[in-house]
Amino acid sequence: YTHIYTHRQSVAQSEVQEQSRRWYSVSHLSVQERIDRKRNAALIGGGQKRIDAQHKRGKLTARERVELLLDKDSFVECDMFVEHRCSDFGMEEDHNKFAGDSVVTGQGRINGRLVYVFSQDFTVFGGSLSGAHAQKICKIMDQAMMVGAPVIGLNDSGGARIQEGVESLAGYADIFLRNVMASGVVPQISLIMGPCAGGAVYSPALTDFTFMVKDTSYLFITGPDVVKSVTNEDVTQEELGGAKTHTAVSGVAHRAFENDIDALLNLRNFFNFLPLSNQDPAPVTECHDPSDRLVPGLDTIVPFETTKAYDMLDIIQGIADEREFFEIMPNYAKNIVVGFARMNGRTVGIVGNQPKVASGCLDINSSVKGARFVRFCDAFNIPILTFVDVPGFLPGTSQEYGGIIRHGAKLLFAFAEATVPKITIITRKAYGGAYDVMSSKHLRGDVNYAWPSAEVAVMGAKGAVQIIFRGKSNQAEQEAEYVEKFANPFPAAVRGFVDDIIVPSTTRKRICRDLEVLASKKQTNPWKKHANIPL
Amino acid sequence: MAAYMITSTLRRVLLVAKHASFQSRCCVASSRVQYSTVYDSNEKTFDKILIANRGEIACRVMKTCKKMGIKTVAVHSDVDASAVHVKMADEAVCVGPAPTNKSYLNMDAIMDAIRKTGSQAVHPGYGFLSENKEFAKRLAAEDVVFIGPDTHAIHAMGDKIESKLLAKAANVNVIPGFDGVVEVSYTVNMVVLATTFCKFMIVLATNQTGSTFNSFRLSSQEAASSFGDDRLLIEKFVDNPRHIEIQVLADKHGNALWLNERECSIQRRNQKVVEEAPSTFLDPETRRAMGEQAVQLAKAVQYSSAGTVEFLVDSNKNFYFLEMNTRLQVEHPITECITGLDLVQQMIRVAKGFPLLHKQEDIPINGWAIESRVYAEDPYKSFGLPSIGRLSQYQEPIHLPKVRVDSGIQEGSDISIYYDPMISKLVTYGATRAEALQRMEAALDNYVIRGVTHNIPLLREIITHPRFISGDITTNFLPEEYPEGFKGHQLTSEGRRELVATAAALYVSAQLRSQRFLGNLRVSTTPQEQRQWELCVELEKGSHTVAVSRSGSTFTVEVDGVTVEVSGEWNLASALLPVTINRTPRVLQCLSRDAGGDITLQYLGTQFKVRVLSQLVSTLSAHMPEKVPEDTSSILRSPMPGSVVAVSVKPGDVVAEGQEICVIEAMKMQNSLIAAKAAKVKSVHCKAGETVGEGDLLVQLE
Repeated sequence: YTHIYTHRQSVAQSEVQEQSRRWYSVSHLSVQERIDRKRNAALIGGGQKRIDAQHKRGKLTARERVELLLDKDSFVECDMFVEHRCSDFGMEEDHNKFAGDSVVTGQGRINGRLVYVFSQDFTVFGGSLSGAHAQKICKIMDQAMMVGAPVIGLNDSGGARIQEGVESLAGYADIFLRNVMASGVVPQISLIMGPCAGGAVYSPALTDFTFMVKDTSYLFITGPDVVKSVTNEDVTQEELGGAKTHTAVSGVAHRAFENDIDALLNLRNFFNFLPLSNQDPAPVTECHDPSDRLVPGLDTIVPFETTKAYDMLDIIQGIADEREFFEIMPNYAKNIVVGFARMNGRTVGIVGNQPKVASGCLDINSSVKGARFVRFCDAFNIPILTFVDVPGFLPGTSQEYGGIIRHGAKLLFAFAEATVPKITIITRKAYGGAYDVMSSKHLRGDVNYAWPSAEVAVMGAKGAVQIIFRGKSNQAEQEAEYVEKFANPFPAAVRGFVDDIIVPSTTRKRICRDLEVLASKKQTNPWKKHANIPL
Repeated sequence: MAAYMITSTLRRVLLVAKHASFQSRCCVASSRVQYSTVYDSNEKTFDKILIANRGEIACRVMKTCKKMGIKTVAVHSDVDASAVHVKMADEAVCVGPAPTNKSYLNMDAIMDAIRKTGSQAVHPGYGFLSENKEFAKRLAAEDVVFIGPDTHAIHAMGDKIESKLLAKAANVNVIPGFDGVVEVSYTVNMVVLATTFCKFMIVLATNQTGSTFNSFRLSSQEAASSFGDDRLLIEKFVDNPRHIEIQVLADKHGNALWLNERECSIQRRNQKVVEEAPSTFLDPETRRAMGEQAVQLAKAVQYSSAGTVEFLVDSNKNFYFLEMNTRLQVEHPITECITGLDLVQQMIRVAKGFPLLHKQEDIPINGWAIESRVYAEDPYKSFGLPSIGRLSQYQEPIHLPKVRVDSGIQEGSDISIYYDPMISKLVTYGATRAEALQRMEAALDNYVIRGVTHNIPLLREIITHPRFISGDITTNFLPEEYPEGFKGHQLTSEGRRELVATAAALYVSAQLRSQRFLGNLRVSTTPQEQRQWELCVELEKGSHTVAVSRSGSTFTVEVDGVTVEVSGEWNLASALLPVTINRTPRVLQCLSRDAGGDITLQYLGTQFKVRVLSQLVSTLSAHMPEKVPEDTSSILRSPMPGSVVAVSVKPGDVVAEGQEICVIEAMKMQNSLIAAKAAKVKSVHCKAGETVGEGDLLVQLE
């Protein structure tokens, strides 16, 4: 009896529920249903048709990108329900509202480590930036700074939401401000995966690293049409702001990858080099490469003729853990090589003059490239290894007119102010002012080594002899005397400007040992509001 | 793409440039050679020997000198200043710039070096000045001992035609044919010719007038440039020939021994690739008959020192004298392995005038020895076109038992365009041929060479080829077995699964490792480490669904439904990847591994590109745009580093398909590059005399 009663009651209850549900389905949805609908709507962004179009362009959707970038099931989304607030030009109509608007934001993990991400959704209004869109980005950036975790932006946006006018511009500025505030606090990385034009370009420009996807991403202040109307130049999107232009010519982007997938997988790999914030040490990963491994190839790498080139990358790969070197700006200002590697599992930043390109001289572009990299490392507790083979600064009117004095000063400034462990190896030439600049002992280098092939002097023998023995005849003999005196590591070593002259094959072993010692290095610069680097 | 004239249409007619000479440049850094020879310190030979060579053979000679207590002097070109043979020597003298005619062939400079260092004797190695009678004469004039035969023997054996006449007189079997010089005009209708084993031999089809002309021109040019002699020799062509040579050793007292044979039939472009001793083909009677004839010849020319008598052996075990090499051969180590003699020591003793200590009956055949010539060259192009570069990583497999590696390079060495691209001679030995072969397999798998393209894929295929294992080989082995050219190891379905499974396991190991941070408290404490992976592995255009589960260092990998078990150390820093696949131990090598999932593995000698993707990545990959590769039919690139000998076209010319466009010379070998299609020449980017690198753009067609 009880049983039957219960049954009846439950039937009655369910009938009521059923009725009410039916009733709501006609005019009002239940809250749960509305939640589900919004969530589902948010998941498909601008709809299947636009997703297909995005795929057809060889691009992934905002969510697919986030899924690839982050560890499986680690993404925690934020602001899925946010919608734009524009009520002009018919934007207020329901079909113009998209749950989450044109950006996906949240946090997740890359190899277990926390990261905040925003991914612009090109399928919603071409990924254009509305006030709401900006607000979502600002929210995660604020939190990232609070907890101390990097921010990765996946950019794919047509630009400002024109319908919103100044609200959109305000949104950009809000992001810019946060980019600046976060600079040096948490690492910020931009991956350009579609268009990024107009004011929008300044957010990536403010972040620490800008990567691009070949053939499908563009960065420019104004597009080819405007360029044509203003300067009458005919230029394609690719030529004006494609990956090749920015990685090889302008130096705006730090590296380019083959496609979306390649870029995101490489970004995961790159992320493992970075500390989470300026309060965290550089990460140390499990390392299978013995720290005391000798590198016999280094004993013969520097050619006997001082004019002959060799590849600095051979040295870097030789000493690095597992020969792995993540080069930054590999195609720009190739006379200097910068990038990340690990020594006994610990992230290090490596700067090296590249004798293969322009004899490894310092010029405007290489100084700026080096300086920015050194400052990043210093800001984020990454020790700096410097390999020196530099014949000096590049002379000439184009360099002088271009301001090599103030640009060269940037690199000098960056090395001088850096307080992270600094290890310097002079492999061959260290001439003139460039010797001072390249993390010399005088700029607080912690450990400075010279290889037996090192030559530390004001200049090469020929030029020096012409000055010292001006007007005298037996130049060859004097050159020989100069070479005997200066073309070796002794003048620097006897003065203690290098700490030791080492066998090249032992370089890795020594660096690993020194880094262990220097891990607890503490050095501070005098209090200041901020320094005044010669920009 | 360009085709290479030289490899085309080998058949009935042979044009033979006279006199082979190897410009070899690598040397010995060998491991635990087991000579039975005693180094008698009371037997006084020389105080100081200059080695007029470089690389492998210079190091090889110095090794013995050290054992005999003799001081050594190296000569070197400027680019070789930090070469291994220079470091190994007690003294070193620079004899000129890189080109061999200015350094290692520069007799004036070498004579100066001898005087300056007070060397009492010179060991010439092979190639360079080893068979140069002028050099021997100049040494004799200054009372410096030449470690080799006297000038009379060099001279007699140096001329292919004269040596045949001499051999005939000494009752040695010779090939029936013309005993004289043949003037060949451009309108040849040539009869059957025979082969010799010189580097520049060219074989032509009589019915192809165009290519006959071309090849004739090439061969006579090469002959003239290399030997200053453009005479051509025509002989009977021997079918299914084997190249078998007898090592002889003679002293200045009329004693001569034969030290058994070496089988050198595996050749490409008439250069030896794999040699073995003894030969599977010879019975004791034939061996003795050949040995005795070789000794007769040696005695007939009053030969002293070590020498080699080369024979061509047909399928009925008829053997014919080819030529005698009056020097230490490249492949001498295999004879040393089976006889226990140190040939360099014997050469030095004989040169000093000591009589041989051994009798013919003292010469054993102990087991079996195989030598693989490891070259810096691309085996996929005409069985090997030279490659250059810096040896960024280099490990010889000398940790394995019964392995000898003779090399003159080390990690960091440059393989340059100036010298022979040999990296080393890899020798293994064992009680039986099977054991020696099995050790060779292991040695090749454990040999780490990075930075230059090398021929290990080809070597490993040869020594595991059923026909090679059966011993049924001829000098035509490579063109017969790989008529379309060498394409690397062809995977069986089981091999495919092994490779896919290993790549998947390696990928998972790397993924797991990238999540392990030391002492970092801010890493998410995930509930449990992942134990199952669903992957997609792409290999040679095929795609496999793979499920991986891990238990410790053992991975159970299901490849298309078949289970493969792979275990190993998974050391991600090591070049070698020793694993056990379904209980079979194998050594693979990991050449590269990147963030995108691309892994290059060396498996059974050949390098395979494998791509390991998660299921998610694999699904999304469908959306990625196909990148269009460059159309290469209108672009002619240099197939190898070398110098441009001639450019036969200029912009605006119309070329026919197959027409010669230019000629590139590398390591003294000329390669004619031809048009891949009929077209107009758009631009020419090289000129005669220029040096070009591999892949450099030479000519662009419209």
